[in-house]
Amino acid sequence: MTSSTTPLHYLSLAEAAAALAAGRVSSAELTDAVIARAEAVEPRLRALLSADPASARAQAQASDARRAGGGSLGPLDGIPIGLKDVIAVRDQPLTAGSRMLEKFISPYDATVTRRLREAGAVLYGRHNCDEFAMGSSTENSAFHPTGNPWALDRVPGGSSGGSAAALAAGEALATLGSDTGGSIRQPAALCGVVGLKPTYGRVSRFGLVAYASSLDQIGPFGRTVEDVALVLQAIAGHDERDSTSVGAAAEDFAAALSAPSVPRRLGLPREYFGEGLDPEVAVAVERAVTHYRELGCEVREVSLPHTPYCLDTYYVLATAEASSNLARYDGIRYGHRCAAPRDLHDLYFRSRAEGFGAEVKRRIILGTYVLSSGYYDAYYLRAQKVRTLVRQDFLRAFEQVDALLTPTSPIPAFRRGEKANPLAMYLCDIYTIGANLAGLPAMSVPCGFTRAGLPVGFQLIGKPLGESELLAIGHAYDRVHQWGRRRPNL
Amino acid sequence: MSTPAAPQPASYEAVIGLEVHVQIRTRSKVFTRVAAGYGHEPNTLTDPVVLALPGALPVMNRAALDAIIKAGLLLGCEIAPVCKWDRKNYFYPDSPKNYQISQYDAPVCRGGSVEIELPGPARNLMGEHKRIPLTRIHLEEDVGKLSHGATDSLVDYNRAGTPLMEIVSEPALQSGEEAYAYLTSLRATMIQGGISDCDMEKGQLRCDANISLRPIGSTTLGTKVELKNLNSISFVRDGIEHEIRRQRSILERGGRITQETRDYDGMTGTSQSLRSKEEAHDYRYFPDPDLMPVVIDAAWQERLRAECPELLFDRQRRFLADYQLPFTQTSVLVWDRPLADYFEAVVRLGAAPQAAGNWIINDLRRELAAAGLDPAASRVSPANLVALLRLVDSGAVLNAAAKEVFVEMFATGDSPDAIADRQGLRAAPTDSGELENWCRDAIAGNAKAAAEFRSGKDGAINALKGPVMKAAKGKANPKAVDETLRRLLATG
Repeated sequence: MTSSTTPLHYLSLAEAAAALAAGRVSSAELTDAVIARAEAVEPRLRALLSADPASARAQAQASDARRAGGGSLGPLDGIPIGLKDVIAVRDQPLTAGSRMLEKFISPYDATVTRRLREAGAVLYGRHNCDEFAMGSSTENSAFHPTGNPWALDRVPGGSSGGSAAALAAGEALATLGSDTGGSIRQPAALCGVVGLKPTYGRVSRFGLVAYASSLDQIGPFGRTVEDVALVLQAIAGHDERDSTSVGAAAEDFAAALSAPSVPRRLGLPREYFGEGLDPEVAVAVERAVTHYRELGCEVREVSLPHTPYCLDTYYVLATAEASSNLARYDGIRYGHRCAAPRDLHDLYFRSRAEGFGAEVKRRIILGTYVLSSGYYDAYYLRAQKVRTLVRQDFLRAFEQVDALLTPTSPIPAFRRGEKANPLAMYLCDIYTIGANLAGLPAMSVPCGFTRAGLPVGFQLIGKPLGESELLAIGHAYDRVHQWGRRRPNL
Repeated sequence: MSTPAAPQPASYEAVIGLEVHVQIRTRSKVFTRVAAGYGHEPNTLTDPVVLALPGALPVMNRAALDAIIKAGLLLGCEIAPVCKWDRKNYFYPDSPKNYQISQYDAPVCRGGSVEIELPGPARNLMGEHKRIPLTRIHLEEDVGKLSHGATDSLVDYNRAGTPLMEIVSEPALQSGEEAYAYLTSLRATMIQGGISDCDMEKGQLRCDANISLRPIGSTTLGTKVELKNLNSISFVRDGIEHEIRRQRSILERGGRITQETRDYDGMTGTSQSLRSKEEAHDYRYFPDPDLMPVVIDAAWQERLRAECPELLFDRQRRFLADYQLPFTQTSVLVWDRPLADYFEAVVRLGAAPQAAGNWIINDLRRELAAAGLDPAASRVSPANLVALLRLVDSGAVLNAAAKEVFVEMFATGDSPDAIADRQGLRAAPTDSGELENWCRDAIAGNAKAAAEFRSGKDGAINALKGPVMKAAKGKANPKAVDETLRRLLATG
């Protein structure tokens, strides 16, 4: 890739880091390019919910000053990075795509935010998403939908649709999303960028607006697998503010990419290639499989027999946790409060009725139901048992293979309003939910386009805490094809 | 169909269970680092976790878990191998998350008991002892505090997130007096174990009582009434007695008890219904996914067991058996751990237990009370008290003078020897010729009394002691005076 022909806002993070290190570009220039790009495309794309150009420029200047003083903080120093609007940034809005938090300003930084700051990143842009990360198209945002940069009348996927679209459109050099059932990987596939959901516990959730605590993970979007590795390096690691974060030994994820390429054993779970898979998606994924064969990888079919139960299990567990996690939005301490409440119950009922959208209400009601006395054993407890079986399926498969390769999404980007039936929308996550239930790292890597010019991605699912290997396998394909470097005609 | 007339029971017995909430004394709150405390400006002891801001996560404070394990060890509970957390879901403005992190099906402590002592037949006689079995003790977080105005309500979250133990007794108490004894014992155990200060005025100990009546001889439980807002131990006793009377009069009139929650007003001695139990809550308990279970291994338990003090009634039995102290003295000492520790330190240094007990209970406590100090703050070191006891014992300082020496020891922290010398409080030497001369003079000057004594009237010797004491300016050892007079009267 020659950076001379690439606009600054479309550089890969690695290229930008090299250019900054060589003094060919300043963080201020990079940041200005990204801000200008956002101003140009936002009226049509609407990936941002808010942005603070003044703060970004100040951070960029501080980065340039640091570098001039010989004190660069590493590859992210001076790189404009945007965040999904579910990740807390001190003194910035934190809406979670909801009317409930429309006017909420976070008084504190999430741990990932703090770590990005410590790595010198320039934080720019709060990305649109489905309300409280519930959805697969970003249409559930209370504020506005976001377009897909490759076809503006189509959705960018979700729930981290804004973060995927913003990156694909050049409004950041990398972004962070969150993934509870596929909310990073599916929009990555639909927007043609790389998206990684790390192992549950690899990245701290402190400061992430909770949807379903046992499934939520923050992860990076990048134009390349290498970029994703560089961002993961900055945000991963144990955090004493999140007791579910893992105390794993530090790893050098970027270095893992440059390790000599070893042919790996890849598994194709037969349950992931059946009915409902779009033929063009199937073809693109097959071509990626062929590429791995040519690299000397052993590819074999495997079975994850509990796959048919994943979706149901997910919607029991995720909604149960959500019903409790979202109880704090009550209009008492912060957030939306209805006008002139008559009494406490009126305040609760109307504040929540006005503050939450339909999908959020649907999931709160579902979750309240599955936890109620008399139903707990039949739903929640049973779903936890199925979850264990799902995880065992994966661990058994990993006795035979190093990673699993599947389509990320059964279909490419669909038209806005096309999936009005919630159940049809839920099927978008059918290939991604398993990795959340099992707590495994999984990544979507772009692998081509449909005839209509819509991006397609494949998913790699790795072993617990196997990010290094997962990134290495993804990089073996991505370094050759670089589909994520293509630029939409915006 | 004929309804057989129910046999009219002669009388009823009360069955009482107590739910006691004890705030654990920790520096920080149970799931975040912000300080725990009382009496601060409203909403100053808060942070994103306490206020349940979007994205905030709880992290367990191990000191709180230490405290409940210690409480369990002190009360003989079985300690769970794993501490697991559940969410109790309900909406109320004092609960910032609208769920409370608590323990549902796996409390840290199960079983155990609280030993109680009922009032004895007299103040100086030990009363009956009983063991009240416990169901469980679990750990949870306290909620905030609401205050209601005419048109609005305010909430202070300073208390929210303070570690709280819920100690649930079996329905095994029978009277307000037993409940009083239970709370007194439990409170002292928590204070002596360093677990809580149990100040009821600060809400550090709170008690709800479940009360039902049944005909004597019946084994099934009657309909229970929950009594709330019992904000002193006396009010618990009075409230229970009031509720027993209320239920008995309803039953005796042939009425039925409604299951309900009642509010007892200790100032007026009346109660009123708060709510009936029909609107039962579904708390939708489920394991808190934000908190990992914590393994409590044997080494952890042993470390805490080593920190546990002797239980106060065990100590009392030891004091009675080993030191032969009177019951009244033991019951002063063992309820006050620092005082009892002080007593044992003095005894360990060789003091006679009963004499030490007298000095500590009468003199030391008087001075402490006057100065408003705790025993730990006393300037009278155990070694100095032992030294004073030796001076008295040897006759070097007389009892009356020793009281003055003690006051000075308490004020200055100086040794009794230094004080006795400085203030001229030593007794006159008992083996000196001076004492013998004073005695001879007394016999010579009181021939009548001397003759009476010699003729068998023992009490006459007292008439001789006055002049000796006068001559000695009060510093003669009465015992030595007595001995010397008898010797001289016998030989002379």
